[in-house]
Amino acid sequence: MSLPMGRALREVFGEVVTELAASDPRIVMLDGDLGSSTRAQIFEDAFPERYYQMGIAEQNMLGVAAGMAEMGCVPFISTFVAFALHRPLDQIRVLVAQTGANVKITAGYTGLFTGRAGKTHQVVDDISIARAMPGMVVISPADEVETREVLAWSVAYDGPVFIRLVRDATQTLFQPGHRFQFGKVKVVREGGDVTLISTGTQTPRVVDAAEILAANGIEAHVVHVPTIKPLDEAGIVAAAERTGRVVTVEEHSVIGGLGGAVAETLSEHRPTRVDRIGIQDHYTESAADQELLDMYCLSAERVAQRVRKLLASTGTVRSCD
Amino acid sequence: MARPPATAEEIAALEDMARRIRVTVIRTVNRVKVGHVGGPLSSADILAALYGRLLRIRPSEPHWPDRDRFILSKGHSALGQYAAMALAGYFPLDEMFTFDQKGSRLQGHPDMNKLPGIDISTGSLGMGLSAGLGFALGARHLGRDVRTWVLLGDGECQEGQVWEAAHVAPRFAADSLIAIVDHNKFQQFGWRGQNAKDRLPPEEPGHLAARFAAFGWRVLEMDGHDMPAVLATLEAAAQPEGRPVAVIAHTLKGRGVSFMEGDYAWHMGVPTPEQFATAMAELGEPMEDAA
Repeated sequence: MSLPMGRALREVFGEVVTELAASDPRIVMLDGDLGSSTRAQIFEDAFPERYYQMGIAEQNMLGVAAGMAEMGCVPFISTFVAFALHRPLDQIRVLVAQTGANVKITAGYTGLFTGRAGKTHQVVDDISIARAMPGMVVISPADEVETREVLAWSVAYDGPVFIRLVRDATQTLFQPGHRFQFGKVKVVREGGDVTLISTGTQTPRVVDAAEILAANGIEAHVVHVPTIKPLDEAGIVAAAERTGRVVTVEEHSVIGGLGGAVAETLSEHRPTRVDRIGIQDHYTESAADQELLDMYCLSAERVAQRVRKLLASTGTVRSCD
Repeated sequence: MARPPATAEEIAALEDMARRIRVTVIRTVNRVKVGHVGGPLSSADILAALYGRLLRIRPSEPHWPDRDRFILSKGHSALGQYAAMALAGYFPLDEMFTFDQKGSRLQGHPDMNKLPGIDISTGSLGMGLSAGLGFALGARHLGRDVRTWVLLGDGECQEGQVWEAAHVAPRFAADSLIAIVDHNKFQQFGWRGQNAKDRLPPEEPGHLAARFAAFGWRVLEMDGHDMPAVLATLEAAAQPEGRPVAVIAHTLKGRGVSFMEGDYAWHMGVPTPEQFATAMAELGEPMEDAA
């Protein structure tokens, strides 16, 4: 049994920010000419006078967002993660993170699903970069339910927030009524054999992997980490103590992302073997979504296979076969 | 509403404020042995006109919501802004000597989280015009009558982000946004001219004005060291006419101190005791008050 498919996080983004704007006049949308892709166009339809088309010029867009935020607006950013974080990185560092500007960097198209756009658009190091910035909150919601919660939370929070959104439909993990708790991990499955820690839309695939493992006699403890920064260190330590063996799984580079954050925390507070499943130290390429998940060892079947091998081995297992 | 023109006395007072900004910058660098000099000196008259008259500010209430915003996009000229702010009453003049020292509010580049009165932090070149456009759009969105003044360097205009902002600002008819370019014809190092000492200017003559005009901006030019011209031009710039305004201020790097004028090496530098005495004499500052 797999978790059911849900709606794409980008659709939820366009709808929910528009809903939030209806009751909060401070909210504005700044678009880098991708509103038709990010679904910010839903906002434009509802509030054309609050939709600031900044053109294909993202360094300026982040600077304008910082200025509008300092004036008292709550700007949301509409573009792909490559142009929301990497292109304007120094602008974010100096004008947003160092100042604590109330800018919501809603980064579209994170991870592998870019509509076959390939390595320029496939960003798998955004967690590493964003979480290294003092003052930056980094959140990767699991599904449509949690995305709705996170967006609402971000408006109530005064400060810079980096939110990872996804282009294509992914599985639904949470039931309506689920409450996002900022800075807290969420145990989504209990088990005593191995702790699987994941984030974002990878978590539902890890929950499915845990069911495959259960069929093979391995009971996984699955922990979802929506807030990567600030990290719930106590929650991570408790998750590690539960089984004494940790595997992190992320649709992101194994360098400096969730796996890096978990390893940093555990090495200081409770040294534990940590294996990291994710994109290895190379660039990715175009393919269909399911092909990408299989190629990079992130589909439920591949994750389960890899975890079984890890548990059977004393060394590291890098291959995805 | 335009104010009545400045009287001769008011102009003289602003000219003296500009002189005191220059004195304060050089005294500070002489004391703390660090800091940019050339840029603050070329900007001093503009800063005096702004902080002494044109900015709608309340130095005793630096977070007054409806204040004019000022952005020093050329953040390395922080000493000039700090001197102007001190003379305008934001903080005691003696605090200048904490510049760049441990624990100081007067960081090497302006920090809004440390010094009240800094509207946004700068220091990485090319960013101020975007933030200024954000202030202008944000003020309009929130229904606030706020003008935003951004002081840029001419070397800084080599940053592509300046032209991203320049391109998009006219689309929003951001006429409360006033960009002033301190066109002092030098940058830190620049292109080599006839010899190592001879550096080429960051822009060909006329190019900055032509580029802003081509992007759809209203463009004014002025002698950035002629106080009546500075006041008249900036007053005119502040009258909204449906487009953002760029004021090209023709200035001289190191203005006011003969051996600093036009010498790229005084972008940063610490004077010798003899140079310090010469500088104070040329600026009409008695030495007993200066050190």
